[in-house]
Amino acid sequence: MGPLIPQEIIGADWNLFIAFVIGIGFGFVLEQAGFSSSRKLAGMFYGYDTVVLKVFFTGAITAMLGLLFFSLFGWIDLNLIYVNPTFLGSAIVGGIIMGAGFIVGGFCPGTSFSAAAIGKIDGMVFIGGLFIGVFFFAEGYPLIEDFYMSGSMGPLKVSEVLGISGGVVTLLIIIAALIMFKLGELAEKRWPRAEY
Amino acid sequence: MKTSYMNPYLAGVLLGLVLLMAFFFSGRGLGASGAVKSVMVAAVDIVAPEHTANSHFYSKYVGEGKEPMEAWLVFEMMGVLVGGFLSGAFSGRLNWRIEHFPGITAKRRLVFAGMGGILFGFGSQLGRGCTSGSALTGMASLSVAGFVSMMAIFGTAFAMAFFVRKNWI
Repeated sequence: MGPLIPQEIIGADWNLFIAFVIGIGFGFVLEQAGFSSSRKLAGMFYGYDTVVLKVFFTGAITAMLGLLFFSLFGWIDLNLIYVNPTFLGSAIVGGIIMGAGFIVGGFCPGTSFSAAAIGKIDGMVFIGGLFIGVFFFAEGYPLIEDFYMSGSMGPLKVSEVLGISGGVVTLLIIIAALIMFKLGELAEKRWPRAEY
Repeated sequence: MKTSYMNPYLAGVLLGLVLLMAFFFSGRGLGASGAVKSVMVAAVDIVAPEHTANSHFYSKYVGEGKEPMEAWLVFEMMGVLVGGFLSGAFSGRLNWRIEHFPGITAKRRLVFAGMGGILFGFGSQLGRGCTSGSALTGMASLSVAGFVSMMAIFGTAFAMAFFVRKNWI
């Protein structure tokens, strides 16, 4: 049955409208979770608020389990789901630069839009920075292209690397997440902060 | 700590369901930085069309039959602004403000927000997606890239937290 648009069960004309509706849900949940606050997000890295860990991993696990069960019930063809390709070097270096941006700026791109949507000026300035950063990449692309394209491993899955089923990978991630949630709760007690 | 925010585990389940719906309807996950790229490419294409046509980067997105603004992520991020606004209105959090740790000035907060944005914008292009598009969506589809992005982003933020602690605690 699914995914509905790639299989033309719903016309491709609807795709951008669906993107908009899904975006509304995404933005609503991000803001309700407190991701519009840079001080809540940064709390992750000082232990006083681990909401990032809890929401991020609960979200990933829910979607993983959803895909597994949808596939099991024959509701979705996993072969038609886009899996982002792995380019190891650029993924690591890009991730390191993003991590620096996260702790310096207090947002990631999605959360900065959620902050800007409720009037946070710091979120809007972060978005301005995003445009400048993307522009630098675009203009510097000739210098970076070789590195950017190197080490292509295709749309590789963790289950393929480890040689175990997707269900077992998901189970291991759920166990790891439960341990991290416990550590997060302990950290919040260990490094508490007053209302912020 | 008591806040008016949603329980984080409930918010996580809802986030996961939104992501699952993106997979179920469109066969792809969520994202954010890709929308910034599309808008930037479209703007540069208006100002300097010859430059975009000759560039290895821009020419992937502009030219015959390509409309950078008709991208899934552009519409999704317009929805994010609407959804965020609705949530803020619903919970009484709509107001113009610069949120910062009381120990630093608003100006300092904005300077660091801008610098962080520049870094994140650049890194998201090199890393083929940000926390939403590469890390969250990638992990949900069990992609190696998703786990690598997640570990590199969070690992670096933890490693650097000590050096910018005066901005936050």
